[in-house]
Amino acid sequence: MDQFTLNLIVVGITFAIYIGIAIWARAGSTAEFYAAGQGVHPVLNGMATGADWMSAASFISMAGIIALAPAGGYEQSAYLMGWTGGYVLLALLLAPYLRKFGKFTVPEFIGDRFYSGGARLLAVICLIVISVTYVIGQMRGVGVTFGRFLEISTDMGLYIGAAIVFVYAVLGGMKGITYTQVAQYVVLIIAYTIPAIFISLQLTGSFLPQFGLTGTHVASGTEFLVKLDQVVTELGFRAYTSETANMLNMILFTMSLMIGTAGLPHVIIRFFTVPKVADARSSAGWALVFIALLYTVAPAVGSMARLNLTTTMWPNAATGNALDGPAITREAIDSNPELSWIRTWEKTGLLTMTDLNGDGQIQYFNEPAATAAANKALAAANAALAAAPADADRTALEAAVADATAKRDAALATDTLGGQTLAERGWVGNEVTKLDNDMMVLANPEIAALPGWVIALVAAGALAAALSTAAGLLLAISSAISHDLIKGSINPNISEKGELLAARIAMTFAIAIATWLGLNPPGFAAQVVALAFGLAAATIFPVLMMGIFSKRVNKQGAIAGMLVGLIFTSVYIFAYKGWFFVPGTNMLPDTPDQYFFGISPLSIGTVGAILNFASAYIVSSVTAPPPHHVQELVESIRVPRGAGTAVAH
Amino acid sequence: MVDRNSNVTADRASSNAYWSANIRIILISLAVWFFCSFGLGIILRPMLSGIMVGGADLGFWFAQQGSIYVFLVLIFVYAWRMNRLDKEFGVDE
Repeated sequence: MDQFTLNLIVVGITFAIYIGIAIWARAGSTAEFYAAGQGVHPVLNGMATGADWMSAASFISMAGIIALAPAGGYEQSAYLMGWTGGYVLLALLLAPYLRKFGKFTVPEFIGDRFYSGGARLLAVICLIVISVTYVIGQMRGVGVTFGRFLEISTDMGLYIGAAIVFVYAVLGGMKGITYTQVAQYVVLIIAYTIPAIFISLQLTGSFLPQFGLTGTHVASGTEFLVKLDQVVTELGFRAYTSETANMLNMILFTMSLMIGTAGLPHVIIRFFTVPKVADARSSAGWALVFIALLYTVAPAVGSMARLNLTTTMWPNAATGNALDGPAITREAIDSNPELSWIRTWEKTGLLTMTDLNGDGQIQYFNEPAATAAANKALAAANAALAAAPADADRTALEAAVADATAKRDAALATDTLGGQTLAERGWVGNEVTKLDNDMMVLANPEIAALPGWVIALVAAGALAAALSTAAGLLLAISSAISHDLIKGSINPNISEKGELLAARIAMTFAIAIATWLGLNPPGFAAQVVALAFGLAAATIFPVLMMGIFSKRVNKQGAIAGMLVGLIFTSVYIFAYKGWFFVPGTNMLPDTPDQYFFGISPLSIGTVGAILNFASAYIVSSVTAPPPHHVQELVESIRVPRGAGTAVAH
Repeated sequence: MVDRNSNVTADRASSNAYWSANIRIILISLAVWFFCSFGLGIILRPMLSGIMVGGADLGFWFAQQGSIYVFLVLIFVYAWRMNRLDKEFGVDE
């Protein structure tokens, strides 16, 4: 059976399971649609939360982001600590109290606690911006996975994915989504860990990748991480375990991801589905158990894939020094069936190789700074020449190319790698011209030559990760529209049946918009994650925390805090990334030396949150305290007893 | 009348005691949370570079593995302590 048929069968089976669950778990009431009737067992809820949380970014991109980071893999540990540590904050500071509150949406709590329709509306706006930006990445992930594994166009893949989500999200609401997510979790965790176990056994002899990471590399007899550091530094890359150059930024980035995680509405609403307050606490723990299964494996997956890839490019690196032997030849890539995966990935454009010096080998290395800059200038000069109209005077442009070439050759003659200059080696530049982060996970089983069904499983797992997160986000968006906007302010007298219908229509619209955005991505898919986490950290997390832990913070304080957090964070991000991410409209260059105190736009959410807390407290202290009934509300959510009797409306 | 008022006062005092016990548990847990991730994983890493775990130093291991395990244990210990506290104060469900 060929790989394509295998992929089709495995993905087909998983989709049939999701649709079967959708039909079984239809929602009959708003309580079921918004919160699965608050009857989900904490362990199952933990599993569903795991699938809801682990997106295309966690499954497909994260291991590659860590393994291929130019500054070394250690600095990217922020993702590992940030995306797990947020659950500690959820369990300790938010989940039990919001479950006790016993309503359906995050804006509803903010509206009631701060006795203000304005605060609720502001929360709805933040929620929609966060969730919509986040959902685009999921839809792209669905399209890309379909395109790569099922040989259909990315657009067609998107339509199929959207149709599947439509069936179980519109039919089942939170109830359908929750039980589908349980199945999706099982699919994605098997798909992620099986290749990791195989590869860990091959490389380190350790069954558990977590131990393989700190284990011994069998082929060379040295520790795995020591081996990896040796191989990559020899080729001019920074060591995987190198220190961070900017500790302050790493701390703020980790903190932004933590409080951003705790402030993401689609994660918070998962804790409304369990029966009791005590269950909300333990469910956060179970969620982290299921999330940790992937997150503790991820650094092993990324670093082992990187070592495998490097030893493929430099066969001598497996047992000795890479540069003591020749690089892989173009001829071997084209004729050796074991290397056919390289050709498959070259077709996708995620991996590109060019034999720049025409020696028949593909030299993969990190260009030293002078060479890298000179090559960049040469490429720009060549592009300018190529773009010049035929009748233009080309002498000046040709002279520029000649000048850039001379400068590049000078750089090659001075830059060294492994004790020889690049000119002596006959190299002109890194010949792996593109190596996408996403390849590390998706191509992992092929790099390690694992059987075909493992490759099919990875395809199904990537789809499960993207679809489950998309469904959770879509539910958060549709409940904010039907419950907070329509029932909360436009038509408070809407009947239960009417609201359920409105929720389904809102869900349908949300899916249509998400699909459209997936088809026409605004060219900023990577940056929007910064915005989603930054805003969740700077707006929703602080306001929820103050609503629970302070009786003094009032309406004016909450609104001021949210506005300050929202405006400060988005302006800082837009200043570097362009206004509303329109390329070329950034006011400051997006490079680390231009950042205030070295704080990158990814890390600014922490500062936004601090400003939110500060302005809320200052404004509250000079305005009237909240009315008595609100103080009673805070008293009541602090005590677990009585959650079961909480009313739906 | 007097009796009821003293009950209300007793309730209030008890719920205040419950809340401050809760806050104390949260603060201790947050201290552990901060120490294992930001402390051992980031700030103290250069100072701990001599202690090796496999092919890496202790700080690196905490950043990529250890802190996640501590988070896990932390949430369950917190949930268990809170359940006990709920029973002690008679506010469990």
